[in-house]
Amino acid sequence: MSVISRGFGGRGGASDPRVPPGQYVTHDFPVLSAGPTPYVDTDEWSLDLTDVDDSRSALSWTQLMAKPIEEFTVDLHCVTTWTKLGTTWRGVPVSAVLDDLDSEAEFALVHSYGGYTTNLPVEDLLDGKAWIVFEFEGEPLEPVHGGPARLLVPHLYLWKSAKWVNGIELRHDDEPGFWETLGYHEYGDPWLEQRYAGD
Amino acid sequence: MTPRIRWQRARLVDSRLETRRARTLVFDVPQWTGHDAGQHVDVKLTGEDGFTAQRSYSIASASTPGRLELTVQAVSGGIVSPYLVDAMQLGDELELRGPIGGWFRWTNELAEPVLLVGGGSGIAPLMAMLRQRLLAGSAAPFRLVYSARTPDHVFYANELHVISQGRRGVDVDLLYTRSGLPGDTRPPGRLVGDDLPLAAPDAEPTRVYVCGPNGFVENAARLLVDRGHQPASIRTERFGSSGG
Repeated sequence: MSVISRGFGGRGGASDPRVPPGQYVTHDFPVLSAGPTPYVDTDEWSLDLTDVDDSRSALSWTQLMAKPIEEFTVDLHCVTTWTKLGTTWRGVPVSAVLDDLDSEAEFALVHSYGGYTTNLPVEDLLDGKAWIVFEFEGEPLEPVHGGPARLLVPHLYLWKSAKWVNGIELRHDDEPGFWETLGYHEYGDPWLEQRYAGD
Repeated sequence: MTPRIRWQRARLVDSRLETRRARTLVFDVPQWTGHDAGQHVDVKLTGEDGFTAQRSYSIASASTPGRLELTVQAVSGGIVSPYLVDAMQLGDELELRGPIGGWFRWTNELAEPVLLVGGGSGIAPLMAMLRQRLLAGSAAPFRLVYSARTPDHVFYANELHVISQGRRGVDVDLLYTRSGLPGDTRPPGRLVGDDLPLAAPDAEPTRVYVCGPNGFVENAARLLVDRGHQPASIRTERFGSSGG
């Protein structure tokens, strides 16, 4: 279907190859979350890890800080169609958190303070594709953006980058998370415009 | 396999200005089968030069097959919202798809009390819930707390006035942040705890829906928790300041 909206025009200029289809560039940092912002002190913070054999472990804030820390710059893509280019973060690669487990799991269900969950394949968390981040543009990550720490998986739509992360549950099966049970796509690749179930 | 949510052709058949910078657009969408109050649509505009842009907008109307209403506030410097508010004429078309969103949603079967807290253009999906409740003749007690900059910034002013005059278990509180009306007992200012009802400890928990710009939602959600509402009963929808 081709529907032209009469009188609508762009602003000229070539499209930016860093911007996926259907997205536009914003310079703000909009916030999306389904409920009130949880406020979590780093003294109380912990990341609970559960493997497929039900073995459990936990990482404290101090233990997280003792892991290798990386600084990196990535583009963010939200399903609500904004893209934010060139954001700089500091965090621990998820592989540094999961490698100790040496798990056979294929899928992960990520949990957050406040009850949010999101699911993704384990391979999307490894090999420098995902981090537990705690600094944005040189400042501690604000609670409204997921502080003290959030998952960041920049190659998928931003709802996969769970704010206020507090657990990674490794699984053999792919258990849908919060938005994934409410009509959003199970994987969420912005370059394929996988916004909603069926896309 | 879930079927893809398809793009549909929508034609502007009516419109009205809500404020100087906000317009309600009424679309004829022949394939539309209805929606739940609070859900949104993705809107896609395509220019004659092939340029396209997509945005998400909450549906403001109650569910009606073949028709829906959006209320859009023009964001300065934006591309899509100024077109929808200022340039789009009756008979012009766009594409939309939906309904989208399974969380920020109210349906007729829900019987518990509802508290709607809206800031600025965040009233739109809450108005859909209010309209749906009145249309369905639901008995669920509803209370709307609506914060606007001044009386000139209130959307749906006449309709809200009529609703507030009726005795149908619906209460409407209008609050102003910059300047109010002569005789207002509440001084203008941002939302404070006293503007919001306390959670009734022994009663059925109130379902709370909060929508507006992020700063408003953040403040309101915190105040609601302070007023005893359970975080799990508070649903939020936030508009980034960037809109567009």
